[in-house]
Amino acid sequence: MERFIFYFIAAIILVFSVLTVSSRRILRAAVYLLFVLLATAGFYFLLNYNFLAAVQLTVYSGGIVVLIVFAILLTAHLDHRLPKPNRLKAGFSGLLAVTGLVLTLFAISRFEFVRSPLVTEGPYNIEEIGTRLLSYGDYGYVLPFEVISVLLLAAMVAAIIVAKKSIKND
Amino acid sequence: MFAINLYDFSGTVNSIHQWLNARLTPGWATAAEWAIIGISLILFVAISVIILVYVERKVAAFFQLRIGPNRVGKWGLLQTIADFLKLLMKEHITSKNADKFLFNLAPFIMVTAVFLGLGAIPFAKGLQIFDINIGLFYIAAASSVGVFGILLGGWAGNNKYSLIGALRSGAQVVSYELSIMLSLLTMVVFTGSLQLSQIIASQQDGWWIFKGHLPAWIAFIIFMIAGTAETNRGPFDLAEAESELTAGFHTEYSGIKFAMFFLAEYVSLFIIAAVGATVFFGGWMPFHIDDWAAFNRIMDYIPPIVWFFGKVAMLIGIIMWFKWTFPRLRIDQLLVLEWKYLLPLNLMNLILVSFIVLMGWYF
Repeated sequence: MERFIFYFIAAIILVFSVLTVSSRRILRAAVYLLFVLLATAGFYFLLNYNFLAAVQLTVYSGGIVVLIVFAILLTAHLDHRLPKPNRLKAGFSGLLAVTGLVLTLFAISRFEFVRSPLVTEGPYNIEEIGTRLLSYGDYGYVLPFEVISVLLLAAMVAAIIVAKKSIKND
Repeated sequence: MFAINLYDFSGTVNSIHQWLNARLTPGWATAAEWAIIGISLILFVAISVIILVYVERKVAAFFQLRIGPNRVGKWGLLQTIADFLKLLMKEHITSKNADKFLFNLAPFIMVTAVFLGLGAIPFAKGLQIFDINIGLFYIAAASSVGVFGILLGGWAGNNKYSLIGALRSGAQVVSYELSIMLSLLTMVVFTGSLQLSQIIASQQDGWWIFKGHLPAWIAFIIFMIAGTAETNRGPFDLAEAESELTAGFHTEYSGIKFAMFFLAEYVSLFIIAAVGATVFFGGWMPFHIDDWAAFNRIMDYIPPIVWFFGKVAMLIGIIMWFKWTFPRLRIDQLLVLEWKYLLPLNLMNLILVSFIVLMGWYF
């Protein structure tokens, strides 16, 4: 049963990933991207990693794709179609994608997967995740956590300044 | 065969599980259980939405000094059933130049999101579809997908009013999600767990709204305001404001697709009330006071399922009271309320709660 669900989700991801980049209607592309992200959350649920799945749902589909769709609603019209890509560009992108696929498959087939001693069978304890995120010992992630929060702060300050500029000029 | 014990459903659930497994192979038994769960969930949603619509119309009538539906059946009880039958038989109209795929997809996204959220709600002792270890976060995450129904439905219909409704609701839902999450997070500091069964178990000696005193009340008020906004209900119903946008994002929908939006709205109202009841009022946990054993015993005579639906009904009543009491907000007032008042208050409350829990100043 698990294998069947895995192939089902994988098929969804593959089909909608291709549709995301090939669709000429921009909002539809965003919706296909949403499906890809939702299916990825499905993978995490299948792996019993509930926390990451819920983060995927809230941050990616509930946050980022909503912002993308919101931006599209503000800018694009319903009849708008993206221009057809020219042959050279399409061919080059296809070549790049195939090369990437071959490289990844090659690397995966050569790599020996070793079971990490740290990995336990899910569902993962959320207290453990919280403690690890804020601890500075072994397998503690407080430094990346802080660096990312500084980055986010910088982004927020920048956004406020960009938004404020027009008021000053009036 | 399946003895139903109103005080603990786990016996009933187990006996159904064993009965199925004795007759079918494990795979088919699981499939049959899925089918049973799905059908009972759909039936539950259909019945509760019919009841909620009737109650809403009666409440509205009460507030406006009218009688409300009173012609179809005794006290108009069959009015909503007749309305739903009418909706099911109506023609599907798609406006010209609409994006048909997204137009038809939008109601389904909305309904799927609310059904996902409903999956983790504990209805009574032993009556919960799946008790995931991140229950509260899962419900919030699953219902956050529902906003796509509004955004896509408003855009795909090729109608200016729908588009304005969709834009408003996008801004609204994204901002108020913060408040909902933060107010729930405040309570999670008390409960120490996101798993709904453990949150309920932690309220065995009293509900958090009483044990957590002041900060719990602040969190509860913020939760109710943000929950009303999240479900697009008045006074925050800017997305569908019928007096200015005709009906907002679902202007172009008719027949069963409109009914699906309608259904999703009422189910998300139920989910908000159920989450509020579970986190603040102990879910199906009867009203207990720490060491009053005799009193607790008396309270235990009322079945948990009655407690749960009673609390949910009370919270739904409060939200309906909001809708018919306050005038609708403007979009700028709405955003100011969230970002300048609720969010800072919420963050301060979170720090206050952490301090109180550290010092052990709660019951």
